[in-house]
Amino acid sequence: MASFAPLAPSPPTSTAEARLSLTELLLACDAARPCAEAVVEWLTVHARAAAAACVAREEPGGRLVCLAARGLSEAQCASLEPQQDDTRHPLVEALTRDAPHFLPSPRPPLPRGETAEGLFTVPLGHAGSPPVGLLLVWASGPALPSEVSWVASHAGPFLARQATGPRGTGGSDLFRRIIDAVVDPILLTDLVGHPHLANARAEALLVANPGSSEGRRRAVRLNQRVLAAALASTASGGVPGPSRREVPLVDPVEGMDLLFELVTQRVYEPDGREAMVSVLRNVTDLGRATQALGESYRRLRATEREARSERHRLDRVLDSVADPIILSAPSGGTVMMNDPAEKLFTPPPNAGRPAQRRVRTNHATFASFLANLLGAEGSLRWRGQLSLVDPASGATRPMEAVASKVMGDGGELTGIVTLFHDRSEALEKARLLERLREVSTLLEARVQVATAELAEQNEKLRRQAIQLEQASAAKSQFLANMSHEFRTPLNAILGYTNMLLQGVSGELSPAQKRNLTRIDSNGRHLLEVINEILDITRIEAGRMPLNLSDFRIPELLQEVMAEMDPIIARSKLAVSTHLAPRLPQVHGDRQKVKQVVLNLLSNALKFTHEGAVKVSAEYAPSTAMLSISVSDTGIGIDPAQQEKIFEDFQQVDSSPTRAYGGTGLGLSICRRLATMLGGRVSLQSTPGQGSTFSLHFPRRTRRT
Amino acid sequence: MTNSSPTLKPLVLVVDDYDDAREMYAEYLEFSGFRVAQARNGQEALDQAFALTPDIILMDLSLPIIDGWEATRRLKNDARTRAIPVVALTGHAMTGQSDEAKGAGCDSFVTKPCLPDELVAEVRRILALQGGAQAR
Repeated sequence: MASFAPLAPSPPTSTAEARLSLTELLLACDAARPCAEAVVEWLTVHARAAAAACVAREEPGGRLVCLAARGLSEAQCASLEPQQDDTRHPLVEALTRDAPHFLPSPRPPLPRGETAEGLFTVPLGHAGSPPVGLLLVWASGPALPSEVSWVASHAGPFLARQATGPRGTGGSDLFRRIIDAVVDPILLTDLVGHPHLANARAEALLVANPGSSEGRRRAVRLNQRVLAAALASTASGGVPGPSRREVPLVDPVEGMDLLFELVTQRVYEPDGREAMVSVLRNVTDLGRATQALGESYRRLRATEREARSERHRLDRVLDSVADPIILSAPSGGTVMMNDPAEKLFTPPPNAGRPAQRRVRTNHATFASFLANLLGAEGSLRWRGQLSLVDPASGATRPMEAVASKVMGDGGELTGIVTLFHDRSEALEKARLLERLREVSTLLEARVQVATAELAEQNEKLRRQAIQLEQASAAKSQFLANMSHEFRTPLNAILGYTNMLLQGVSGELSPAQKRNLTRIDSNGRHLLEVINEILDITRIEAGRMPLNLSDFRIPELLQEVMAEMDPIIARSKLAVSTHLAPRLPQVHGDRQKVKQVVLNLLSNALKFTHEGAVKVSAEYAPSTAMLSISVSDTGIGIDPAQQEKIFEDFQQVDSSPTRAYGGTGLGLSICRRLATMLGGRVSLQSTPGQGSTFSLHFPRRTRRT
Repeated sequence: MTNSSPTLKPLVLVVDDYDDAREMYAEYLEFSGFRVAQARNGQEALDQAFALTPDIILMDLSLPIIDGWEATRRLKNDARTRAIPVVALTGHAMTGQSDEAKGAGCDSFVTKPCLPDELVAEVRRILALQGGAQAR
């Protein structure tokens, strides 16, 4: 920054001292205005100028401003400052000259000096570059005072530097044009990032005029901060060589995000201070391209991953299919196959020669199968039966195969999918089915034979049943007829005996009467036997139906006692009736109940010589069963005989000389009748002490 | 209706093909104070009944020519003999015969063997019913 102007040849002492003092003054100045003041002051004193002024281009903007003036009014000073667009102002024109110029009569708006007619315009600035300002000296012309040219040559660069700031340091217009021509922004900054020099591109990013839009100013501020931070961190890094980093900036005009590569190199300024030269390279497009590339790479990877997983899934799906599947290329070559197919078309691990041969056989078989489809132009599908061989075992694997062409979008053949279906199982099933059918037919035949036999047996049984029925009916008829045939003569025997005993044929002698009585009693016994045989016959022939009605036990027992009264009267027994309270009404066959009770009572009376006979009736609600019991104090029955006496024609004493009368059919009939009523006859007896016979029957008899 | 009158003894027609039984009952009925007519078969029974209009008929059911059931049915279908009570006599004690007899129009049913005095008791019972009915 401190660039000293070269010293001019030594001037005369008096003026030399004045020049030295000015030079010292200028060196002490740190701004354009005091510098200009000093120069103008000095000129009016030492160059005998009537008036002097210093104008310079103001940065930024380049407007000419009056830095200092002597001998001019304020208005005159103001007239030295042309308007922004005033290109015809005399000073604008003067600035285009690079050598001092004398205007003998300055045209307005330039003020005229009071004492001097003319005006010298002396360009200020570095030699070889456009002047940055003018030194205006109102003096008599036309020769330029030597002090003026000295001041201009010495103070010019100094003033120029002060007036234009850092930019002035930049040097020549050429340099400026050169760096402006560079498409990348270029900056010279101090170590903390304050810019000393910036080319047009850099200014576009980092400089805002007071008249700029708010958006642009904000963008510029942001860019300045970002860049300052980047440079500061680079500077503190202390890397000797050029350092590179990326900085994101904002396009102040478009507002777009831009990405720059910042290349920074430390340099030393002429004054020995460290500075940094930074070149910003717009890599936004590159960054975007990189980003896009990265994105598409990622997408590609994702797609590839997806495809791989899809493929993996497809593989697993295919492998999970139990049937072999092969995908073949249009040429016939195998592209892929699933696990079941591999078992047939690839040799198993450590396969021996036979296995390899079988695999080759399978391939050949498959190839000739595929040839059918490949050879057929129009058809998309080919179905066939293949006989493959299991490579491991050599077992034949009958297969049904369906090959389908896979067509591409353009209708071209892209592959052939072949599905195999193992028919072994189906064939085995068919075989089993056939076998089953045979067995079934056989079985059916056997069943038919058995059925026929069964039918025959049934027919035989039916015939036998009919025969039995007929025999039974014949027996019943025979017995019925026989009883009729017995009764007819017996009717006459008993009738005439009855008449004789009544004296119809005259009075009888006692002996005749006794003998007739014996005929009568034997006849009656015979009748009784015949009647009882007839009863049993009727029961067995099913010709003794149930006649159901409602009746009461007390009335029934009363009737029984009444009918038995003559016999009871003849005996010397105490006969009593015991009725339990609340005996319910009975629904049953009254006649049959009565017949049983009569029979039991008659037996009791017959087999009891002394003591008592008790008839009792009771009801068990829990079982809804009635019991009518006849207890006696008679001879009793040995336990061994107790079951036997219910059999036909059985008495305890079956000998012809037995002591007791009766047919021996009574209890047998009682048991049958009790069964018909849905009940039974029970016996409790102790020989020598007596017996109790009981009829048990339900309160309500049901027809069976 | 009948030729019976308070002064005349009731006339009983005994029909039975078995002579011993028929004559036995006839004898005992006469002994017991009835007038008796006899028939050996169903045809005779019809002829006698139409001819004599007895007060009561004892009809054995198993008869030659016309059986007892048929004879009873004809008697009951004829206005002249419809009112004469018929007591069926049978040696067949099988169930169903009494029902059949009632169906044919018999007023009572007696199973043989039947002692003469028991038969007379039944005849008297039926005639008493008949007389009571007539009295009303």
